[in-house]
Amino acid sequence: MSDKKTESKNEKYREVAYYPGCALEGSGHAYNRSTKALGKKLGLKLKEVDNWNCCGAMEVKNIDPKLQTYLSSRVMSIAANKMKMDVVMAPCNGCYHNLKKAEYDLKNDEKSKQVVDRLSKKAGHETYQAGQVETIHALDWVKDTIGEEGLKERVKNSLAGIKIANYYGCMYTRPRHIFPEKDSGPGSESTSRPHFMDDLLDAAGAENVDFPLKTACCGGAHTLSDSDTSTRLVANILQTAEAAGAEVIATECPTCHSGLEMHQIRANRTLGIKTNVKIIYFTQLLGMAMGLKPKEVGLHENVSDSFDFVKQKGLA
Amino acid sequence: MTSLIDIGVRLDALIAGPPAPADAGELLVLGEQALEQWVIARGKQPTQDKREGFRILALHRQGAEKDPSFNACRETCRELVYHYNLLTLQPEHPESGQRARMMGWVVNHLYLFISGKMETEQLGEFCCASKPLRETVDAEAKAQ
Repeated sequence: MSDKKTESKNEKYREVAYYPGCALEGSGHAYNRSTKALGKKLGLKLKEVDNWNCCGAMEVKNIDPKLQTYLSSRVMSIAANKMKMDVVMAPCNGCYHNLKKAEYDLKNDEKSKQVVDRLSKKAGHETYQAGQVETIHALDWVKDTIGEEGLKERVKNSLAGIKIANYYGCMYTRPRHIFPEKDSGPGSESTSRPHFMDDLLDAAGAENVDFPLKTACCGGAHTLSDSDTSTRLVANILQTAEAAGAEVIATECPTCHSGLEMHQIRANRTLGIKTNVKIIYFTQLLGMAMGLKPKEVGLHENVSDSFDFVKQKGLA
Repeated sequence: MTSLIDIGVRLDALIAGPPAPADAGELLVLGEQALEQWVIARGKQPTQDKREGFRILALHRQGAEKDPSFNACRETCRELVYHYNLLTLQPEHPESGQRARMMGWVVNHLYLFISGKMETEQLGEFCCASKPLRETVDAEAKAQ
């Protein structure tokens, strides 16, 4: 373990191994683009994990949880042993969750350790040992390096006048036992009422509304096999956000984001429920607040069209 | 026992209202009734116990036994309790009307989550809950 482990989070997170995951190369590319652009703007360094693989997502985990543990451990092994990094930053809730779960399993389950060791040897790379890296989310990354005060100093286009409902989805905080750093006193993230995204957007001038479905299920995992349930759940989230006064739902997960965007259209077509709330990644909102242009944060890559809205709000 | 359909119909009417602060008790009960349906469908008797002073939290816990994916509605249940407390402890609060509206949407989310879960594959092939179902199907196919 290097000396970096004893550094403050502020310093330690300034240069991190970046694990975008599959979604950020496809449907969530806007999140990838905006995360990188925001990092650059804030002077934070991202070193993409070499030859990274799938984290095991929901599909592998469902069939063979230990294989998922191995797949996630390989990403962490490359970051730790090959790249000599101490921190892996995963912006996708699914990846973040799976790396955390793998870390937990490798600390607490002997059988998982054996399986990971066997598969790592077979694949020809060093076995990841629990504790070699720390996995963080993009929210931790910005919050613990730049923080609210730092963001306030850097705001070029305030988000003032924009009412936002912050939607965290389910995998950012569940299950609680794989996130030991959360619920750990003042300043830490809450698993029941997360607030990091609220804090960051508030610092950029936004008005956060009181939104009671921050961590509610959007049916994301069942969007293909049971689209109707997903559409109904998303429609309820969108309607609740509007009833709470929100003009924008800020997201921090590509699966949630795509689900909200696509089922917003589907809810209109199949259920006749029309909502106008915009769905924008928090990295896009912060990027524009820091002076980046909408295209630089990939607004054109979102399914929903927010260009007129951001222009109206003075962000473009 | 109130059926899921009846719960849905009543919720639609309440939300269209919109709900008033005085509806807090009924909204909480509708949440409990939706959970009862889930518990019964899994072959259990809905508990009458309370957890942290609320039956809805005990019912959620009962519903999540051996089914971790059901925890996806844990915070929704807690939000219901939170809104119920706000509305009953501060009924004259200037935000009471909005709080009641929000409570209506939250209980609707719980209802939609549970009804969706029950619709799919009878007891819900949902998220990581699908494995036991698939195992049962595989075992039956093998036995034939």
